[in-house]
Amino acid sequence: MRQHVKAIRRMARWIALGLMGGAGAALAAGEQFIPISSPRIGQMSAIGTGLSGGYIDYIELVNQRDGGVGGVKLAWEECETEYKVDRGVECYERLKKKGSTGASVFNHIHTGTTYATIERSVADKVPLVSIGYGRTDAADGRVFPFTFPLLATYWSQNTAQVKFIGMREGGMDKLKGKKIAHVYHDSPFGKETINIMNLQAKKYGFEVIHVGITPPGTEQQSQWLQVRQAKPDWVIMVAAGVMTPVALKSAQKVGYPVDRIVSGWWSGAEEDTIPAGDAAQGFITSSHTPTGTQFPVIQELIKRFYSQGKKGNMEDVKRVGSAYYNIGVIHGILNIEGIRVAQGKYGKKPLTGEQVRWGLEHLSIDEKRLKQLGALGLLQPLKTSCMDHEGGGAVKFSQWDGKKWNTITDWVSSDQSIVRPLIEESAAKYAKEKNIKLRDCSKES
Amino acid sequence: MFYRETGQYKTNYGADEQIFPIRQDRIGVMIILAFAYLAVPFIGDDYWFSAILIPFLILSLAAIGLNLLTGYAGQLSLGSAGFMAVGAFAAYNFMLRIEGMPFLLGFILAGLSAAAVGIVFGLPSLRVKGFYLAAATLASQFFIEWVLTKFPWFTNNSASGVITAQKMVLFGYAFDTPMSRYLLTLVIVTLLALAAKNLVRTRTGRDWMAIRDMDVAAEVIGIPMLKTKLLAFAISSFYLGVAGALWAYCYLGTVEPQAFELTRSMQLLFMIIIGGMGTIVGAFFGAAFIVLLPIFLNLFTSTIFAGQVDPGMLSHLEQLVFGGMIIFFLIVEPLGLARLWQLGKQKLRLWPFPH
Repeated sequence: MRQHVKAIRRMARWIALGLMGGAGAALAAGEQFIPISSPRIGQMSAIGTGLSGGYIDYIELVNQRDGGVGGVKLAWEECETEYKVDRGVECYERLKKKGSTGASVFNHIHTGTTYATIERSVADKVPLVSIGYGRTDAADGRVFPFTFPLLATYWSQNTAQVKFIGMREGGMDKLKGKKIAHVYHDSPFGKETINIMNLQAKKYGFEVIHVGITPPGTEQQSQWLQVRQAKPDWVIMVAAGVMTPVALKSAQKVGYPVDRIVSGWWSGAEEDTIPAGDAAQGFITSSHTPTGTQFPVIQELIKRFYSQGKKGNMEDVKRVGSAYYNIGVIHGILNIEGIRVAQGKYGKKPLTGEQVRWGLEHLSIDEKRLKQLGALGLLQPLKTSCMDHEGGGAVKFSQWDGKKWNTITDWVSSDQSIVRPLIEESAAKYAKEKNIKLRDCSKES
Repeated sequence: MFYRETGQYKTNYGADEQIFPIRQDRIGVMIILAFAYLAVPFIGDDYWFSAILIPFLILSLAAIGLNLLTGYAGQLSLGSAGFMAVGAFAAYNFMLRIEGMPFLLGFILAGLSAAAVGIVFGLPSLRVKGFYLAAATLASQFFIEWVLTKFPWFTNNSASGVITAQKMVLFGYAFDTPMSRYLLTLVIVTLLALAAKNLVRTRTGRDWMAIRDMDVAAEVIGIPMLKTKLLAFAISSFYLGVAGALWAYCYLGTVEPQAFELTRSMQLLFMIIIGGMGTIVGAFFGAAFIVLLPIFLNLFTSTIFAGQVDPGMLSHLEQLVFGGMIIFFLIVEPLGLARLWQLGKQKLRLWPFPH
């Protein structure tokens, strides 16, 4: 028994130490603090390691090359979320007040956590950026002042995918009478595009069949047989995680041509196609960030952190330039541009989350600026406003050749005439449920 | 010396039947409650309320619920998170669809809905036992998640399937600060925990334990199987349902069916195994161990080793240590932390003059 007591006492001391340490981590005054939530372990570890790696590398690049943003050094701290809502919320609460001016902006890399912190972020006045996940209708900045689903939402991506198929068929009018199968992850994430697929089917006159795959999607034989029997001209897939390689293998097994399957950014990484082996050859995905190391900013990161034995944040140097790494770099560019724009209004000093929010709402990145950033082709030109928190809405399509992703299109824009009314309708519903008064965008400066 | 009941005479039945018959226990509980109600609101900050204490209390409540079923009545269940989901979504729909529904009533109705679902999924317990029952309750886990995802009515046709909780207003007071939510959760958890503590001393509780220890014998002495087992499922699910509603309303403010997936059920089961099966205090110990320890480990390692060790490696290390500690505690005391606590109290009775 005595040893039990001793063990407990030892543990109590240990926990107390951890607590004190957590509270005591000090940051130098005069730094802009960026919290980094990353799911490095758990089911999304490939995303967590790649994305956070790219994000942190880019922050370090800005610190070392430019001495921070406008002379203000960037400080960051990472917090492990394990891709769980409760851990993500804990990270949010832990880091939101860190630094001299509090957290600049959160990127949760998790849809559930983004949802759970939308109201908190308004109360705490800290902006949330969700690139490629999160709440789609948050693109309506009148209802969601602090949430920024930048670049492209699932709905925008979906209209761009239909447009891509139209391009391949030789014009949108050629879609008439065609058949498209919508194979989706049967979860809130996958079901988001059902409605918008139906709308487009009506508009362009194609037939759509919906095939749900039960998460996580390790068994898809019967669904792909169903697809095979329906003989669709194209398949638009909404997949993530293990569903992608299994889908590709199942498609190959039933004899459906893989180069007729178009999927989205959560199945467009090397980690998604390599496990499928040669079944993945010809697979097409859309993404807001192409892969590859040919972009000047990636080259600079390699030169600075991964040459001559130097060490960046990535454990595996080969993953620099991979899909998730590049998305991470994009996270760095967009969040830091938000801070830079805000500095233009509030001065070159550490800014509060509320001030960074203004910057994110007034992002204006054109080709010239992209060239300066070394990200021409890596990032699309975008402009955010009080009305529009999405900004870009375009995606690039890539095809897997068995070894790497090859970009096969330029930026394909989305059809905002379909997406925008849906976003406003959905946001208005949320506003009504929550009694939120819409911001008057004509009065915002 | 400090913990000795010598000289505490019980002169009437009331004194003998108290929830905490020993004076030191009563004082201890009072001190803990006073601390939680009076001191914590002043010394805690937003982080402690909304990231540590509220989830800890809610999961403790859920663990109590599961402990009533598994620890007391001996019915192994792997569907507990499913019942939490029922509670969360029932509360949401009651408050959405009935104008002016007070949220406390909504929580109670949420608990009752979960209880009703619990009874249905408890039916197999009349025929199967042990691991087979666990597999049968697993069905509830998947079925409930599937229903909530499949039928958009439950999420009010939200495109993403995520619901956002309505405001909680009581007599014109809105529970919108972390502290007020903490106090609200604390009140509900205290009441339900005391109710559970009392319940297990009643005839119902003793029936449950009789069934747990040997169901054939229990049946022979006249304990009705049907009623008792289903009651265990109903009450356990009621607790889980209220916990689910609290999770949605007091903690996250949003709910998606995926928040209550199988891993949550497993987590609750581990809580009562590590905390102590068949004890109420064990639920709190278990919740603290499973919920808080990983966070403290993360805080600890991230401040001690930050920058020196690869962050991915660090996260794996935390899991390793956490797993190691689970094994350590189960080897040291297979009956759980509550048993350790009890042993500690036994020692204190003799201290400082052990044999």
